[in-house]
Amino acid sequence: MATVAPEEYAVQPVPQVLAHEVHAPRESKKWMDWVLTTDHKKIGIMYLVLTFVFFCMGGVEALLMRSQLAVPNNTLLNPEHYNQLLTLHGTTMIFLFVVPVWAGFGNYMVPLMIGARDMAFPRLNALSFWLLACGGIVFYATLFWKPPDAGWWSYPPLSEALFSPSGGQDAWIFLIHLTGISSLLGAINFYVTIVNMRAPGMSWNRLPLFIWGILIYAILLIIALPVVAAAVTMLLTDRHFGTHFFDPTTHGSPVLWQHLFWFFGHPEVYIMIMPGFAVVSEVVPVFSRKPIFGYKAFAAATAVIAFLATLVWAHHMFASPIPIVVLGFFMLSSFLIGIPTGVKIFGWIATMWQGSLVMTTAMWYCVGFIAIFLIGGITGIFLAVFPVDWQLNDTYFVVAHFHYVLMGGAVFTVFAGVYYWFPKMTGRLCNERWGKISFWIMFVGFNATFFVQHALGLSGMPRRIYTYPPGVGWSTYNLISSIGSYILAVGIITSILNWAISYKRGKVAGPDPWKANTLEWFTSSPPPTNNFDVIPRVRSVTPMLDIRREVERHTGVTQKRAGAEQFLHEHEQLTHS
Amino acid sequence: MAGSLALAPSAFANFITPKGGGSPNADSIHTLYLVVLIVAAVVFVAVESALVYAVFTFRAKKHPVARQIHGNTRLEIGWTSAAALILLILAVVTFVKLPSIVNPPNSQKDGYALSASVTEPNPPNGQKLRVCVQGRQYIWRYTYGQNCLKTGYAAHDPYSYTTMVVPVHTTVVLAIQSLDVIHSWWIPSLGGKVDAVPGDTTYTWFQATHVGKYRGQCAQLCGWNHDAMDAYVDVVTPAQYKAFLSGQTRVIRDQNRQVSQLRSILTSENQLGS
Repeated sequence: MATVAPEEYAVQPVPQVLAHEVHAPRESKKWMDWVLTTDHKKIGIMYLVLTFVFFCMGGVEALLMRSQLAVPNNTLLNPEHYNQLLTLHGTTMIFLFVVPVWAGFGNYMVPLMIGARDMAFPRLNALSFWLLACGGIVFYATLFWKPPDAGWWSYPPLSEALFSPSGGQDAWIFLIHLTGISSLLGAINFYVTIVNMRAPGMSWNRLPLFIWGILIYAILLIIALPVVAAAVTMLLTDRHFGTHFFDPTTHGSPVLWQHLFWFFGHPEVYIMIMPGFAVVSEVVPVFSRKPIFGYKAFAAATAVIAFLATLVWAHHMFASPIPIVVLGFFMLSSFLIGIPTGVKIFGWIATMWQGSLVMTTAMWYCVGFIAIFLIGGITGIFLAVFPVDWQLNDTYFVVAHFHYVLMGGAVFTVFAGVYYWFPKMTGRLCNERWGKISFWIMFVGFNATFFVQHALGLSGMPRRIYTYPPGVGWSTYNLISSIGSYILAVGIITSILNWAISYKRGKVAGPDPWKANTLEWFTSSPPPTNNFDVIPRVRSVTPMLDIRREVERHTGVTQKRAGAEQFLHEHEQLTHS
Repeated sequence: MAGSLALAPSAFANFITPKGGGSPNADSIHTLYLVVLIVAAVVFVAVESALVYAVFTFRAKKHPVARQIHGNTRLEIGWTSAAALILLILAVVTFVKLPSIVNPPNSQKDGYALSASVTEPNPPNGQKLRVCVQGRQYIWRYTYGQNCLKTGYAAHDPYSYTTMVVPVHTTVVLAIQSLDVIHSWWIPSLGGKVDAVPGDTTYTWFQATHVGKYRGQCAQLCGWNHDAMDAYVDVVTPAQYKAFLSGQTRVIRDQNRQVSQLRSILTSENQLGS
């Protein structure tokens, strides 16, 4: 950088990458490049594209279910198909969308944000992706035979061979194994990469919060996945090889499955939302032009949530045969996990407080996330009070609760992440106006779909029923919810079209369009294969802020730091030109 | 108080609160829910207003210079302890309310006359009406008889399907079992749900406060016709209940006799035909 004349800093994007691509690319077919790649960025993009394909499939399944439930005594679907759809929807969204979509973001961003040139094990990384793809293919191939219909939680005895004889249930088990191995390998890769390959000077208290989120995601996957792998293997041997782990007629225990499944299943919830929290913890400070409020509290809360996440599983089983004293324990542990979660919500709002907010689309998705997730968190307290849960468990109140948590906590933050990192991944800016329109359609549609579901549960509508009689007080709420789901779908489609069009026609972004804080913005957009030629020494949690300050000191030209005036001007030019 | 709230006829009664009004345990859950709801509403309004206020007040146009604050330890400790305190209060309230939800009271004086027995849950004087509830794909069966758990089908206890008939003002204890997959017993106005798990026996109780008919349905996915697994509880006077039991016993006996007659006719015809 010493060769650049000081006055050039004012006109050139700072900092700049001096050289990359030291050799000419070998000649190859373009699609073969993707299939054979071990580059973390290409693998990350493939993860994101594949998981969004599954997201759309899961969404169509949800729309079919909402269409069936729009009016009482509907015959659009039969109960067999309805049960298959609810199983496909739940399994797809969890195992084929939310968990792996974070692996996609993690793959792309972890090496860039910690200043590494790739993941620790690039080939293992490719294997993770292809195992995920195989899991999806095995699972969706059942559409041509008999899809599974015992639910994504697959409680035996219903999932045993006697009651679910079809191969669909076995395909579900196979999916859990394949995606499980995929996530486990990916998690080990993230862990090793983050522990060993950080830029010089990036000590644990200078680790970007997104990396903290991915680290905890990886640790929770390593803790939880072996348990569900064991459980589904036991189910498989029950079904085909004559064991009786879960068969009550030979002293097996269906409740054992519930304990094993939820010991995995509850950490899974945090696996799905911790990276989402982490995205918000990156985006909110950038667009508030302020440091995160209480970095240490955020990192600590992340670790505490991970610890407590392994101690709350039986709150999914409050109606199962379990002694009252155990229920009391799980109520209290579930309460405890509310505290670090609350600390994060307060922290985000405090970060915005006294800031200079630039309301980009990514920022709107974060604000929408906080507003929605708060409701999900609060209804979680209702459900943790186990006598109240005896009324609410297995009703639409729970459906509303976990969609507020997972749609708000995961999907809205995934969208925030895509809008935030789109310029880095594609080199082009997204259309901000269409992004905001999409956000508001999604926000309205989401609340229309799920808010009334609280009321449905309170008026006694159980989950998982394929239809209901008229005159029990559920018809109006169901109709509102179904209309809401179509609005939500329109919002999601708007964003996907926006990304597709911006990918072709968006304005060129430059290395750091947001004047952000972390190292991925140090390199060009999209980054070269080797990411960085020179890796800067990291001196704080916001290295790019330090670099801009340094440049300012050397050149006397104001860089975009605290105060958003310059930035806002540029941002408005970007959106209105 | 909670009872009167639950009984208040309002179109929006179940928009923000669960059903109740049929039995003291359902009413206690309702009261507990209201406590949580009030605390939740305060937290919700406070946090969402702070968020909305921040979004509209600190826009870059109105507030061009961001204050570079890294945190405030006192504030952070403050809100962490505030959250902990709220949850502590809710935990205390829950454990205070718990006995009235879990432990049944004695039957009222005008309830059905009962003798004592010793299985959980138990009212203080030990007198309760036991009904055995058995879930199966896709129907509920109710066996009426104090020993229904031990003797099962052998004692020729009266039974009915789908609609359970019980006397008003009487402590009814349900012993819940399943014959095949997991089901979940739930009549919202008469209390919370209890899973029917094959291989286990689970219990719940209610004491109907007035005569009437209550609807519920199986709450755990049990197969394709899960939606059709309705349950009704018909609360009648003790005299009507007595009449129901004897009537049901007679009907079952008559029909069993008809079945055995038919069976003997069919088997003898078969013998003639062969």
